Parts: sequence; structure tokens; C-alpha cells
Amino acid sequence: MLALHFLRALVRINQTSDPSRCIVAQRSRRIKLAAYASIALAAGRRRAWSRAVLCSLHGRRACRVRALSRRRVSSGKKAKGVHPTEQREGGGQVGELRRLVPGGRSMELCTLLEEAGSYIQCLTAQVQLMNMIADSMSK
Amino acid sequence: MSSRRSRSRQSSSARITDDQIVDLVSKLQALLPEARTRGNDRVSASKVLQETCNYIRSLHREVDDLSERLSELLATTDMSSAQAAIIRSLLTQ
Repeated sequence: MLALHFLRALVRINQTSDPSRCIVAQRSRRIKLAAYASIALAAGRRRAWSRAVLCSLHGRRACRVRALSRRRVSSGKKAKGVHPTEQREGGGQVGELRRLVPGGRSMELCTLLEEAGSYIQCLTAQVQLMNMIADSMSK
Repeated sequence: MSSRRSRSRQSSSARITDDQIVDLVSKLQALLPEARTRGNDRVSASKVLQETCNYIRSLHREVDDLSERLSELLATTDMSSAQAAIIRSLLTQ
């Protein structure tokens, strides 16, 4: 499932990017976004971290459209529903984990630990897939 | 009166048992690469969280590096033959 999403995205990126004009860094960024989208799609909407990734990717696209049509930049609302007690809880490493796991800022500690486990499993699978694809293309 | 009731309701729903935390931390520990060398030795929760953060950061870095590598390869490789090679390796896994 993961391989299917990612391969499709790679084909699309290859078809839509002009090798002469599109610089490596730009294509690399698109590949990175495709990688995160693939793991989120493979995980499905049952995981909070995958929903957060898909939302942020959606927001990224929507933001680009909004920036083109409107010059005025609003400050916008920060993520709602974050209890001060949850932010204070654990501080240090728990706070760091909240920043690393997508959507982690508004999760309870138990959920955060579960989601972190799922996120690590999916990221590991994606890295293995990308390594395999890169090795196949290098031959 | 109502505020006291709502406060107690909040604290009971937020109360997580120590066993739940220990269970989740040990599951997380099993996913970390260090777990393979360490075996079943129990490590402090704080150490597991630190290693988890380090591991997620290293995975993010790997995704960045592999994206760059794939971007360079896409520029120089014929996609159709690469696709065939990739699908072949996926099927033989």
C-alpha cells in the first residue's frame, strides 16, 4: 500500500517536473512531501498523526492558493483545544516528543506514546522503501 | 459547586495509570534500534523517551537524504526501466 502511493507520486513528480528547469532541491522537496503523504495515506485516518500530516499537506496547498489571491496575511488562530496542563506535563522529553510527532501538541500522554510508536513504524517502512527504490535505480 | 464537580470529572478522566504508561513505554522501547542490542533489560522511561526523540529525528534526516538521492537519480534515470526494476524487487521481497 505504502509502495503504491509513493511510486505513483514519484511517477507524477517525474512527469510534471522539467529536468532542465526543475532544480534538484525543488524536486527533492516534492519527493519528501510525497514520502510523508504516502505514509499518512497508508496509515489511514484512524491515526491522529496521519490525520495531522494530511491536514498540514492540505493546508500547505491551500496556503499557496490563498497567498496568490490575497496579499493580506492574517495572524490566524493557533491550534485549539490544547490544555495548559497538557503542555506543562512532562516538559523536557515529552515536550520534545510532542514537537516531533505530527499533531502531538494536543495529545494526552498515553495517546502520544501510542501515536509515536505507530509513527516510528511507518517512518521506518518508508525509509526502507526509499532505500530499496534508490538501490534499484542505481543499478 | 458545579465548578468543583467539573474539576473532579476532569481529574478522573485525565488520570492515567502507571501500568498503562509502563506498558506503552516498553512497547516504544521494543521499536528502538537499541532494543536489539540491549535485549529485555528495563531502561528508565526518560531514557526511552530520549532515544525515541533521537530515533525520530534520525528517521526524518534519512527521509531528507533519501529524497535528495532520489531527486538526483530521477534526473539521470529512465523512469520506465526504473519502474520495472522497482516492481520486480517489490514482488520478489
